[in-house]
Amino acid sequence: MYKEKLVTLQLKNTVYLNTMKIKIGKGLNLPIAGAADTDDVRCIYVDRVSVVPGDFPGFVPKVDVTPGDTVTIGAPLMHDKRCPALKLVSPLAGTVVEVERGERRRLLKVTVKAEGEACKHFDLTCNDAAECAALLAESGLLALMRQRPYDVVPSPDVLPRDIFVSAIYSAPLELPLACRITAADKPALDEAAAFLARITPGKVYLSHDASWTFGAVQGAEMVEVEGPHPAGNVGVQIANIAPVNKGDVVWTLDAVTLLRIGRLLQHGTFDASATVGVCGPAVAVPYVARTVMGAPVKPLLEDAETNDGRRHRIISGNVLVGTAVGADGCLRYPYRQVTVIDEGDDVDEFMGWASLSPSKMSVNRTFPGHFLKRLFRPDARLLGGRRAMIMSGEYDAMMPMDVMPEYLLKAIIARDIDNMERLGIYEVAPEDFALAEYADTSKLPLQHMVREGLDYLRKELE
Amino acid sequence: MKSLKHLLDKARPAFEPGGRLSALGSVFDGFDTFLFTPRTTSGPSSVHVHDAIDSKRTMIVVVAALMPCFFFGMYNTGYQHWLALGATEFHFWQLMLYGLLAVLPRVIVTYFVGLGIEFAFAQWRKEEIQEGFLVTGILIPMICPIETPLWMLAVATAFAVVFAKEVFGGTGYNIVNVALVARAFLFFAYPAQMSGDKVFVASGTAFGYGMPVADGFTCATPLGQIATHSEGALTLTGIDGHVLTAWDAFVGLIPGSFGETSVLCILIGAAILLFSGMANWRIMLGVFGGGLVMGWIANAFATPTYPASLLPAWEQLLYGGFAFAAVFMATDPVTAARTNTGKWIYGILIGVIAVIIRVYNNGYPEGAMLAVLLMNVFSSLIDWCVVQANIRRRMRRLIAKSSES
Repeated sequence: MYKEKLVTLQLKNTVYLNTMKIKIGKGLNLPIAGAADTDDVRCIYVDRVSVVPGDFPGFVPKVDVTPGDTVTIGAPLMHDKRCPALKLVSPLAGTVVEVERGERRRLLKVTVKAEGEACKHFDLTCNDAAECAALLAESGLLALMRQRPYDVVPSPDVLPRDIFVSAIYSAPLELPLACRITAADKPALDEAAAFLARITPGKVYLSHDASWTFGAVQGAEMVEVEGPHPAGNVGVQIANIAPVNKGDVVWTLDAVTLLRIGRLLQHGTFDASATVGVCGPAVAVPYVARTVMGAPVKPLLEDAETNDGRRHRIISGNVLVGTAVGADGCLRYPYRQVTVIDEGDDVDEFMGWASLSPSKMSVNRTFPGHFLKRLFRPDARLLGGRRAMIMSGEYDAMMPMDVMPEYLLKAIIARDIDNMERLGIYEVAPEDFALAEYADTSKLPLQHMVREGLDYLRKELE
Repeated sequence: MKSLKHLLDKARPAFEPGGRLSALGSVFDGFDTFLFTPRTTSGPSSVHVHDAIDSKRTMIVVVAALMPCFFFGMYNTGYQHWLALGATEFHFWQLMLYGLLAVLPRVIVTYFVGLGIEFAFAQWRKEEIQEGFLVTGILIPMICPIETPLWMLAVATAFAVVFAKEVFGGTGYNIVNVALVARAFLFFAYPAQMSGDKVFVASGTAFGYGMPVADGFTCATPLGQIATHSEGALTLTGIDGHVLTAWDAFVGLIPGSFGETSVLCILIGAAILLFSGMANWRIMLGVFGGGLVMGWIANAFATPTYPASLLPAWEQLLYGGFAFAAVFMATDPVTAARTNTGKWIYGILIGVIAVIIRVYNNGYPEGAMLAVLLMNVFSSLIDWCVVQANIRRRMRRLIAKSSES
């Protein structure tokens, strides 16, 4: 359970009367080397981008374009089979060059080649909540948001109880907020929050940490969160602000998506720009890239990746919840970070389990590295064999939510719907289990297990 | 190391399915992963980095925490042996060597039988060999009297590994503590050989070392003496008749099971376990606290009918296997309660029940083993109750919400 929940009433001019403050005790900031140098900002222009529908759980893609079609920024590339209003849109103007399919014609990705800067202009008139939601769905911004339960792309037909925005970037090597949002963006944020407030009958909560310097956002309930990762996980914030009950639907998004909504409302166009931290222990010069959603990772890494002859793992995302994309891959949702680490499958470590080397990263006190204030360069190895759950309390120590992770996972393994519900499956997303998966002695794929459980439950109940 | 890896890589095809030695595939795999950290990497969309801790290290740390008790057990075995011979001078290395020779066959037999069964099951299930028996295999000789016949150890180990562990699915799935099942098996299957006052002191030669002790000496453990105490003031004596103090019991120079006698060494082990995070402090504290409170209650209503109630509460913690059970047995994460509240309840009840059995059941001089086994069985129930509290909190929230709207 979270350590304490302080609800303080403080009078801060007239804009807002009370601030909610949450202090998170559990969790961990992984000390990984290779944080991006925030002064080294480069613009990386790319000639093509790819949109991968697999990044959007719950979205069943039906493609709207064929190779050769010309698209503008914000034009739909595909829509959801079950909810046709929900679109994934093109981040670039140009020509569709490839619609890649996999087994059983499953749509893998759509690639657009850049040409010109034509934008699609959206009709911004919205009279009620449903029309506001429809605008988000049409503009492709709803796909950048998530819904709980099930951690899927929200449906514009079901209006949320509350909307939660996280402006905390606490995952390993994540860029600080200042790289993503500046004071000039404040009006856009205000407008976006007010817009979201029209959609929900409840509240729009905006969680931030001490690095938030923009004051209160109008229309949003400000929540200050303090503590290590997973403080930035919106699931943790929800659990401590207003937990999801059975039957509730809430939407979640991050501050950058909020800003994109603001830009849509200000300019009527889809903002596909992305600020990406290129980082990790296998990056020689970690830097901040200004590029576009879905950009290929090759140009991002061209001058940055360490050339040491070792095999690297290129992760789009952070080491906890990213996707390994390979050198030919592209930037994947949420388009924020590329982390490069050693793959590690070329290492033979003699009796690694007995090692007292200070370069081993661990939460366990039998490793000297635990006591050193240093940064580590971990590789992608599991560093052990997969076992049954043996140690108790390990997952618990990484989850600042009022759920019992071991029991919830056991209910998921057993596909026991009643117990999944009772133990709070509606409150969690796979990412909430990421740190537990990192620390797990038994090396179990917890995020994968949770994702399967959520999908199973959704299939059975919807 | 490169040449060793090369050798393993060269041998590997023979052990793979279809190879000449494929029946030993799991064993080969076990040695390979023991010698070299596996190269297996994370999946493409799972967590990409993992903590350096693994199951092997966990088990080895527990074995390391047992070592002070183990070495002290060697010393004490030699010491009790020479004491029974009537010696007045004791040479450290002589005692250690005798203790080593006395215990070594027991360790070898348990590991041989236990690991053999583990290997066979791993191969049969086509699984990796799991490390759980590394700890169990050293625990069994440590909690048994030194004079336990080797064949009994072998039978008990085989019974425990098969029926307490493998039938439930192996390491991580067992309900009761495997080492304690082996001990309980011996206790109930061979009561004549496993109790009385002969088994706790090595009375023969070990590989020709030491001397056979003359017949007719008695070497009852302190708890054995207490259980048979009838009248008068309670004085505990060592096997040569000198009065045993609580300090002797704390240091551990008393007759008893091989590794259980020294509370001092057990506390060193406890420190290692707690520092390394392998055991839970709630359980340990709970067991000691429960034992102390129940010991105090028993002592407050002391009666000669139940001679163990004459012991002051804190002395209950010094004798027999109580401290060892609290530190090494009750804290086994697989068989203990897994929720934090559950751990308190589980620990306290073990302490209370151990003292109740010890005091109010004259048939069993020691209750720690039975208390841990009993609570192992109930730990899931305790957890279930704790989990219900979490479920009820969620239900109340739902009801509050629906009544609002």
